[in-house]
Amino acid sequence: MSGFHDILLMKHELLLVISALVIIIADLFYSGNNKSGIINFSLILFFIITVISFVPTGTGNLFGGSFQGSSLTDFMKDILNVAVLIIFLQSESYLKKPENVEKVGEFFAIILMTIVGMDFMISAGDFLTFFIGLETASIPVAGLAAYDRYKSKSAEAGVKLILLSALSSGVLLFGLSMIYGATGSIYFVDIASKITTSPLIVIGFIFFVSGMAFKLSLVPFHLWTADVYEGAPVNVTSFLSVVSKGAAAFIFTIILFTVFKNIVHVWEDVLYALAVLTMTIGNLFALRQDNIKRFLAFSSIAQVGYILLGIMGTGALGMTSMVYFILIYVFTNLAAFGVAAAIYNASGIENISGYKNLYSTNPKLSLLMMLAMFSLAGIPPVAGFFGKFFLFTSAGNKGYFILVLIAVINATISLYYYLMVVKSMFIDKTDTPIVTFKSSVPMRISLVICAIGILSVGFFSGIFEYIMSLSSIIF
Amino acid sequence: MIEGISIYHFLVVSTIMFFLGIAGFIIRQNLITILLSIELILNAVVINFLAFNKFLYPNELQGHFFGLFIVGIAAAEAAVAIALIINVYRRLKSIDSDKVNEMKY
Repeated sequence: MSGFHDILLMKHELLLVISALVIIIADLFYSGNNKSGIINFSLILFFIITVISFVPTGTGNLFGGSFQGSSLTDFMKDILNVAVLIIFLQSESYLKKPENVEKVGEFFAIILMTIVGMDFMISAGDFLTFFIGLETASIPVAGLAAYDRYKSKSAEAGVKLILLSALSSGVLLFGLSMIYGATGSIYFVDIASKITTSPLIVIGFIFFVSGMAFKLSLVPFHLWTADVYEGAPVNVTSFLSVVSKGAAAFIFTIILFTVFKNIVHVWEDVLYALAVLTMTIGNLFALRQDNIKRFLAFSSIAQVGYILLGIMGTGALGMTSMVYFILIYVFTNLAAFGVAAAIYNASGIENISGYKNLYSTNPKLSLLMMLAMFSLAGIPPVAGFFGKFFLFTSAGNKGYFILVLIAVINATISLYYYLMVVKSMFIDKTDTPIVTFKSSVPMRISLVICAIGILSVGFFSGIFEYIMSLSSIIF
Repeated sequence: MIEGISIYHFLVVSTIMFFLGIAGFIIRQNLITILLSIELILNAVVINFLAFNKFLYPNELQGHFFGLFIVGIAAAEAAVAIALIINVYRRLKSIDSDKVNEMKY
C-alpha cells in the first residue's frame, strides 16, 4: 500500500484541521462590520467537509497501530459531523447578535478543533492517543462555555467545567498508570491480551471508569452537568450534551469492548450499579426543574443511563444499539435545544413556565418540541422508541431482566416531566404568551432536518442493519 | 536500579500525592489552590508512569513518553483554567469557590 492512500484513513481529522486553520486565517480578512460574513463562509465550508467525509476509505492502521480507522469509526465521526452541522445552523442567529460579532471566528475554530480531538479519540489505538484526543476535546469546550463573557453565569460554567474536567482526567490517568504498570503496554491490543483480574488492574479500571463517568456525567459524577449546561450559551449546551457526550460514549464502548473484553464480569457489575443510579437520579432530579437547559441536562443524564444498558449487552448488538441510539439522540436532543434556542433568541425566555400557550402563537415550534419530547420519552411512532427498544433488547439478551424492568419504570417516570413541557405549551392558558416570531433561515433548515430525522430514522430499518453490518466485522 | 530505593517508595509517594490532591480539590476554597491540587494529581500520575517504566519495563519508553505528554497537556489545561479564573474574578471580584455559587441543584 502506498503511504498516501493510508493517510486518507484520517480524512475527517485532516479536513477538519485544515478548515479550522482556514477559518482562523479568513477571520483576519473579515474586519469590523462585515465580520458576520464569516458565519456563512464557515457554514458552507463545513457543509462541504461533511459531505466529502461520507466517502468511504476502508479499514487500516496508521502510526504503528496508534490510529485505527474502520467503517464503524468513520460512521461515528459522520454522526458527530452531522450533529455539529446542525449546531452551526442553529447558532447562526445567536452569533449575529452585536455582542458576539467580534468573536465569531473563534466559535467555529474552537468547535472544529474540538471535533478533531474527538475523532482522534474515537480512532485511538493506544491510551496516549486516546488521552490527547480526550483533552483536545475537553479543554477548548470550557472556553466555549464561558463564551458570554459579560454574564457571571457563563463565567461560572466555564470555570466549573475546566476544573472538574481536569480533575476527571487526573483520576482517569491515575487508573491508566496502574493498568500500564500491570500490563507493561499502552496499546489496546497488547493490554487486551495480557489483562487479568489482578487487584492492580481492577483498581486501575475503577479509576478509569470514574474518569470516563465524569465526561459521560453518570450519576455519582454528574454534579457539574446541570450547572454547566445552565450557564453556557444554548448552542454550546447542545454541543456539550450531544457531541461531547456522544463521542465519550463511543470511545467508552470501544475501550470496554476491546481492551477490557476479557474481564467483562468485572465491568458489568460496575455498569449495572451506575446504570441504575444514573437513570433513577437523573429522572428524579429532572422532575423539579423549570429552566429548560437544566431540565434537558437532567434528561440527558437519564438518557446516558439507558445507553449503559445497551453497552452491557456486549458484542455487535450492544455496539449497534448504542450507535443507533446516539444517532437518534442527535436529532432528538438537537430539535429540543433548537426550539429552546429559537425561543431564547426571540424572547429571552428560558423557563418551561414561560412557554405557556406557545401553541397559539408559534404552532410549528410547539409541534416540533412535542415531537422531540415524545422521542426523548420513547413514545412509539417517533424514533426515540426504536432507540430505547434496541438498547433494552441488548440488555435483555444477556439476561438482565431486572435492570430492564427498572429502566422501563424510569422511562414511565420520565414521561411525566416530558409531558409537562407539552402541557405547558398546549394546555396551560396565559394572557401573555410569547409573541409570534419567525426564526432565521438556517435555524429553520436545522429544525426541518431534526424533524425529518426524528420521524424517519426509526422507520428505515436499513440504518440499523447497516450499523449492525459495520460493527459485526469488528466485534 | 537505584541504590536503596525500591518501586514501592515511588508508588507510596505518588499515591499520597494523588490523594492529597483530591483532598485539596475538595477542601480548598481558592480557585487557584484548587488548580494547584489538580497539578498535584497530574504529577502523581507522572511519577507513577516513570516509576513503572523504570523499574518494571526498563527496555521500553512508553511510560516516559506518556509522562512527557501529561506535562504538556497539564500546562495547556492550567493556561485555560487561569484565563477562566481571571474571567470569574472580573465578574465577581473574587476567586473564592463559595462565591461562585449562582447555580445550584
